[in-house]
Amino acid sequence: MEYVSPEGLRLDGRRPMEMRQIRGEIGVVDKADGSAVFEMGNTKVIAAVYGPREVPNRSQQMNDRALVRCEYTMANFSTGDRMRKPKGDRRSTEISLVIRQTMEACIMTHLMPRTQIDIFVQVLQADGGKSRCLIAAVGTRSACINAATLALSDAGIPMRDLVTSCSAGYLNSTPLLDLNYVEDSAGGADVTLGIMPKLDKVTLLQMDAKLPLDIFENVMQLAIEGCKAVATYIRQVLLENTKQLEYRRGTHGQSPAYSAFKVLFSAARRFIAVLMKFDGGYIMETVFDEGSRLKIKHIQSSIPNQRAVFRF
Amino acid sequence: MLQNKSFVKRTRGGKITKVVREHYLRHDIYCGAPVCKVCDTSGARLSPTASTILIFDTNVVLHQIDLIENPAIEDVVVLSIVLEEVKNRNLSVYNRVRALCSNSLRKFFVFSNEHHKDTYVTDMSGESKNDRNDRAIRVAAQWYQSHLAGSAKVLLITNDKENKRRAIEEGISAETVESYVRSLSRPDLLDLLVQPASEDVKMEDVEDLRPSKRKVVYSEHKPMSEITSGLHCGIYHQGKLRVNRYNPFEAYVGSESIGDEIIIYGRTNMNRAFDGDIVAVELLPQDQWHEEKSIALADEEDEQEEDVHLVPGSADDAPRTTAPHGSAGVTESVPNRPSGRVVGIIKRNWHSYCGSLEPMAKPAGGGGIAHALFVSKDRRIPKIRIQTRQLENLLDKRITVAVDSWDPLSRYPSGHYVRTIGVIGDKDTETEVVLIENDINTRPFSSQVLACLPLLPWFVSSEDLANPIRQDLRQLRVFSVDPPGCKDIDDALHCTALPNGNYEVGVHIADVTNFVHSGTPLDDEASQRGTSVYLVERRIDMLPKPLTEDICSLRADVERLAFSVIWEMTAEAEIISARYTKSVIKSCAALSYIEAQARMDDSRLMDPLTTDLRNMNSLAKIMRARRIERGALTLASAEVKFEIDTETHDPLDIGMYQIREANQMVEEFMLAANVSVAEKILKHFPLCSLLRRHPTPTREMLEPLLRTAAAIGLNLDVSSSKALADSLDSAVGDDPYFNKLIRILATRCMTQAVYFCSGDLSPPEYLHYGLAALLYTHFTSPIRRYADVIVHRLLAASLGIYKLPTVFQDGPRLTSIADNLNYRHRNAQMASRASVELHTLIFFKKRPTDTEARIVRIRSNGFFVFVPKYGIEGPVYLTPRGEKGGGEWYVDEQQQKIRKMDGSISYSVLQTVFIHMEIVEPQPNRPKLQLSLV
Repeated sequence: MEYVSPEGLRLDGRRPMEMRQIRGEIGVVDKADGSAVFEMGNTKVIAAVYGPREVPNRSQQMNDRALVRCEYTMANFSTGDRMRKPKGDRRSTEISLVIRQTMEACIMTHLMPRTQIDIFVQVLQADGGKSRCLIAAVGTRSACINAATLALSDAGIPMRDLVTSCSAGYLNSTPLLDLNYVEDSAGGADVTLGIMPKLDKVTLLQMDAKLPLDIFENVMQLAIEGCKAVATYIRQVLLENTKQLEYRRGTHGQSPAYSAFKVLFSAARRFIAVLMKFDGGYIMETVFDEGSRLKIKHIQSSIPNQRAVFRF
Repeated sequence: MLQNKSFVKRTRGGKITKVVREHYLRHDIYCGAPVCKVCDTSGARLSPTASTILIFDTNVVLHQIDLIENPAIEDVVVLSIVLEEVKNRNLSVYNRVRALCSNSLRKFFVFSNEHHKDTYVTDMSGESKNDRNDRAIRVAAQWYQSHLAGSAKVLLITNDKENKRRAIEEGISAETVESYVRSLSRPDLLDLLVQPASEDVKMEDVEDLRPSKRKVVYSEHKPMSEITSGLHCGIYHQGKLRVNRYNPFEAYVGSESIGDEIIIYGRTNMNRAFDGDIVAVELLPQDQWHEEKSIALADEEDEQEEDVHLVPGSADDAPRTTAPHGSAGVTESVPNRPSGRVVGIIKRNWHSYCGSLEPMAKPAGGGGIAHALFVSKDRRIPKIRIQTRQLENLLDKRITVAVDSWDPLSRYPSGHYVRTIGVIGDKDTETEVVLIENDINTRPFSSQVLACLPLLPWFVSSEDLANPIRQDLRQLRVFSVDPPGCKDIDDALHCTALPNGNYEVGVHIADVTNFVHSGTPLDDEASQRGTSVYLVERRIDMLPKPLTEDICSLRADVERLAFSVIWEMTAEAEIISARYTKSVIKSCAALSYIEAQARMDDSRLMDPLTTDLRNMNSLAKIMRARRIERGALTLASAEVKFEIDTETHDPLDIGMYQIREANQMVEEFMLAANVSVAEKILKHFPLCSLLRRHPTPTREMLEPLLRTAAAIGLNLDVSSSKALADSLDSAVGDDPYFNKLIRILATRCMTQAVYFCSGDLSPPEYLHYGLAALLYTHFTSPIRRYADVIVHRLLAASLGIYKLPTVFQDGPRLTSIADNLNYRHRNAQMASRASVELHTLIFFKKRPTDTEARIVRIRSNGFFVFVPKYGIEGPVYLTPRGEKGGGEWYVDEQQQKIRKMDGSISYSVLQTVFIHMEIVEPQPNRPKLQLSLV
C-alpha cells in the first residue's frame, strides 16, 4: 500500500516530517494537584496528578525517595464500540508501567522521601476504530506521556526536565513522524521515543519491529526532532498559563521572577529545570545552572511572601 | 488546517462502524504550471506554452487510458481524487496513470486537490459519493480556471452528461472525450476511443450488427453481494481462472475451498471470464461432470487448430494430459475431478492483446466505421470485436487491442484498437509481438538507471586492489569457455596442480554486486526484468550494456573484479575444502567451446593452459560420473541453432545444437559452484536464502512417457530419479537416435525448476530432482540472471563482507521476488522458443523440405511427429481437416497405433516416417508450416 504518495503527501495530507495537530491544556481537574488534557490529532488523553502525599499503604513507603504510581485506562467511550473492558488487562498494565518508568526517570524522587505521587491517565478518544485493538492502545502512549508531563508540571512536582514523547515510523522507505492509526496498523517499524529535551537524555525507547541500524538512526533522529517540537509546545503552554495567572493577580509585566526566569532561560546552557508550585497557585519554571545555589536564592528572594514547597 | 473526515464503514465481521480520520488541508500545494506567478514552480510539470490544460474525470481515465497514453494528449492535470478512485476501481490503469505522471517526457501533473485548502469539498447531506467527487473535480477545475486566469484555458473532459451540464453552468469549459478528440483533427486517435457504453445504444448496435445473435449467449453474472454471501456459505468457490494454453475451451480454477482444481469446459460455462480473472465458480452436479466434457469436446473440434511448434521443453509448456479419446483409465478418473461454471467475475485481468484482424471483405465506402473481429495470437483469448475507421490499414497488420466490456448478449467481447505493431509476417514485427506477448520489457534503460553506472572507461582501481576483502588473484592462469561470440562472459575457471598432488580449482564469477547496489534504480530495474532474454537474432539485457559487455564481462587480458569459489580437490575430484572470496582476476584466454575442445583433443599441444583444460576435464568427468551415480538425469532437449545471414538477418541454416565435452566440463564446475554456494548461504541464512528446486514429478505427470514406452515394449522404472536415470540409460533401441528421443519425451514430463525462498518450504522440499542435489541455487550468471545477484549478496553477507540488504528481512517480499523471477524466467524461455519458431517459419518459407521424422503421439485423425533435424513438432493429418477421422482410420490406444480399417497401413509411436515440410497460407497473411506424408 502507498503510505506516501509520489507527491510527498501522507494519507491524511501531512508531509513525512510533519506532526499531527497537538493541543494541551492544564488545570482541567480542579480537585487534583495537577491535571492536563493533551491531544495529538484524534487522540485525546486526560491526566491527573495527586501528590506528593502520604503513602496510604505503609509497607510501600520508601525512606529515601517518593513512590510513583501510574494508572492507565481507556474510557469505554474512547473507541467505536462501547464494550465493557476488564480493568487491569495486560495491555493497560504494560502502558501503565511504561508511563510510570518514563516519568519516574525525570521526577526528583529523592527530594520527596516517604511520599507518594499518583498519576492517572485516561484515554478519552483513541484514534482508529476497533476497541481493544493493540494499535489503538499503543498509539496513545506518546499522548499519555505528554499529558502526564503537563500534569506533573501543573502539580509542581520537581523534575529534572520535561519528558516529551513522540513516535516515528518507517514505511515506503520513508521515515515518517508521528504515525496515525492507519500508518501504525501498516505493520512497519514504529519507534516510540520519550526524551528529556534539555538534558538530551532518552527515558523511553520502544520499537516492535526490525530496522537496519542506519535507518533506525534516521528514524530515531526524526523522533527526537518530534519530541523537541512537543517540548517547545508544552513549554509554551506552561508559559501561557503562568502569564494567565499573572494577569489574574494583576502582577503582569512586573514580576521580577518572570523576568529573571527569562534571562536565565536564555543564558543557561547546561541546567536543571525545576517546576515548582507556589502556594499562591503560581506555576513557574525556574531554571538554573547545575549546583549554582546563588541563582536559586536570587529567584526566591525576588518574589516577596513566597514560600517554595521544596527548599534546596 | 485540520479537517476531520468521517464516514461509516462495514467491518469484515459485518458490523457497521463510524470511522473518523484526520484530514489536513494545506497551503503549500502548487498548481504545476510554470507560467504561474503565485506558486512555487520548481516542481512544475506542465509545459510553459500550454494553451489548454486538460482535467479528466474518473471514468474518462478508467476507460480511455489508451487514448491518454497517446503522446497527442499533453498538459494534463491529474486530480488526486481521480487517482484515488481509479486506484480503487482498477489497479492496472492506476499504475499506467502513475507511470505517465512520473515520466519526465510527458506533461502530466498530479494536483492533490483533496488536501488543498481551496479545493477541498466537504460532503453535503444527501449527496452520493460519486456526486461529491464529481463536485470536487469541478471545484478543482474552477480553481485552476481562476488561478491561471488568462494564461491558459482549462478544459474539463467528462463523458457524464450531468457533470458536463453542471460544469458549464458553473462557468467551466467542459467537453466530452469524443468531441475533444475530434477537435484535435487526428482521425487515428478516434480508434483509440472506447465507445460510450450507454445501454440503449449498445442494444441497437447488437441488433443492427448481427440480428441472428440477438439472444442471450451467456447467463448474467451474479451481483457482487450474492457472490460474497455465496462464497461465505460455500456454494461458490473463488479462484484464478487459467485457460488451457492448448485448448481455449478448457479452463481450470484452483480453489482453496475445495483444495482441488475445478475444471470448466466450454465458453458457456466460462461465462465471459478471461485467463487470469479471479472468478466465482459454482460446482455442477456430479452427474454432469463427464457429460459436459463430451459436449465441450464436440464444440471444440470445429475451432481447434493444431499448429506446428517447437518441442515443449517441459511439462508446463506441453498440453495437459487429457485423453480426448476416452481411454478406459481416463474415463474412470474423470468424475473425480470437479467441474463447474463461472457465476461471477470478482476481478478482471483484462489488458491489451496482440494479434490481427480476422480477414474480411473491405468495406465499400472508405473511411467509415467498420466492425471487425480481432484474433489474438494467444489462443487462450477469445476473438474481440472492435470498431475501426482505418480497416484497410489494419488488415495486414499486427495490432494490439484492449478489451472494454463483454455483454451477455454478445458472443464476443468488445474492445478497441490500441496501436499498430507492424506488417504481419515481417520479422521485426513478429519479434516484437513475441516480446509483448511474453511481457518482456524492451524499453531502453532510463536515465536514473544509467546514472548508477560507473564512469567509462572503467579500470580496476588501486582502491579495489587495496581493499582487504578482495584477494588479488591476477597471477592465476584464469580462462573462460563460452559459446562463440559471447560478449557477456560471467564465468571463468582456473585449475592449478598443487605440490601434494591435489588440484586447486577456482570458479570466478563476475562481481556484479560490486556495481549493482541494493535499492538503487539499477537494482530495481534488474529485479523487475529478472533475466536477460536471448532471441535468435537479438538479446534483451537485464543490465545496461556497459556492465554486461565491458565492466562485468570477464574478458581476456583485462583485470576484472570477480567473486570466486575456490576448492582444493583431490585427483579423484573429492572436494577437501572450499573457500569463497571477492577477487581481482586477469583472464588469459576467452575460449569458445570449439577452441577449448580442439585444444584438449590436439595431443601435440602441451602448453600450460591446455594442461589445465585437460586436468579440469578429467576432474569434470569424475564429478559427472558421480553425479549420475547419485541419480542425476541426463535429459535431452532438442535445441536448435540458426546460422543467420549477417546482412538480412534471415536464417541460412538450421541444425541441432551440438554439445561437446567442453560444454559438459564447464557445466560440471558451474553446478559444483552453485551447490557449494547453496550450502554456504543456507547455513548462514536458513530462512531467507534464495534456492532453486525441481519438484519430483508425480506418476500422473509421467503417464504419457510410460504409455509411449509401454507401447514399444520398454519398461521404465520411475520410482526414483536414480531408477529413471538407469532405465533411460538402458533404453537403447536399434538406431542411435532412439535413446535421445526417449529422453526428450521424459524431459517433457518434468515440471520446470523454480526459485523459492528457503523460509517458505521445509528442507525435504528443497530437492532438485533433475540434478539429484539436495540443495541448489544459481550463482554463476549474475550478468544475465537476477537470482544470481541475490545469491551473490547472500554469499557476501555470509562471509561478513557486506551487510545483508533489508529486503531479506521481509519474507513476503522475498517470496514475491522469487515469484517474479520464475515468471520472468519462464517468459524469457517462451520468448526464445517463439523466436526460434518464428525463424523456422522464415527458414522454410523459401525451402520446402523433405525430411525424416518420428511419430510421438497418435491422434484420431493423424499423429504428431517430431523432426529431429530441426527440433520441431507438428501434426500430420491422415484425413483432411473437417472430416472426423472415425471412418477410415482406427486408433489402438493400448498399442499407440493408428491403423487403416483394411489393415493395409499402420503407424505406431516412435516409428520413422518421411514427411514434406512446406509453408502454406490457407488464409491471407496467416502463413503456417504444414507437414504431410511423402
